[in-house]
Amino acid sequence: MSVAPVEIERPEVEGLPSLEPDTPWVTIVHNDPVNLMSYVQYVFQAYFGYPKEKARQLMMEVHGKGRAVVSSGSREEMERDVQAMHGYGLWATLQHD
Amino acid sequence: MAGLFETTGDGSAAIALDEVEASILRSLEVQMLELIGPGPGEDSDDPLAALFAEGPTAPPADPALHRLFPDAYGAPGEPADLETTAAASEFRRYTELDLRARKREDALHVVRAIDGLGGQGGELKVEAADCPRWLGAVNDLRLTLGSRLEVTEDDDEGLYSLPDEDERKPMVMLYLWLGAMQESLLEAITS
Repeated sequence: MSVAPVEIERPEVEGLPSLEPDTPWVTIVHNDPVNLMSYVQYVFQAYFGYPKEKARQLMMEVHGKGRAVVSSGSREEMERDVQAMHGYGLWATLQHD
Repeated sequence: MAGLFETTGDGSAAIALDEVEASILRSLEVQMLELIGPGPGEDSDDPLAALFAEGPTAPPADPALHRLFPDAYGAPGEPADLETTAAASEFRRYTELDLRARKREDALHVVRAIDGLGGQGGELKVEAADCPRWLGAVNDLRLTLGSRLEVTEDDDEGLYSLPDEDERKPMVMLYLWLGAMQESLLEAITS
């Protein structure tokens, strides 16, 4: 029997110290030959709320270097970001930094 | 221009589709729904089936589906160790059903919008709030066609200069049309 995935309910509690302050995880977006550059930039702006120029730079890094770190934080936060990227159709993974 | 989006000036976008374009786009989205498959419990009489459903732990065998539902752990194209594989399986078990539901809803949204034209061509207005659904639905189609066509960054296969008799040509034309459509929608909502 499964319980509800922890990703769904995540109350935001402010002021509590992180349990893993020195163990950041990162979300990586990988280059792929299909996604439009303009779409990737749009996703970075729409989901992360990054300014246009930062979103463009990250997109260019994905395009030019094959991958870019687009966010960092706790493992749970990065799993949420990766799930969102997959929802947009971007190829993303998370890993321990 | 027919088959592409234009801005309407109020944050929305509009696309004029002739009868053939509307029919093709609808058909592609229906095929996408078939590819994604039904949600948990949709083919069951038990109303609680969906509540207790777990997603799969293994990635889809179909390369196009694998691209739509990629692994969350591990570097693409590199062999993963046991720990990485286990983390990817666990993530997939808890998230893939939601992801499939979202993609199904995006495709259904486009099908219903086209059905609103009553089987004819016409202009579809897409409200600002619905533009992300269209972007997602069109992108899923592009990812799927791109996977089927084995599109590469540098067009190693020469897909964009195929002779007319090549059997891949119609699919390439659709792929390019959807790309232009997505680009036009992005331009319409960000201009």
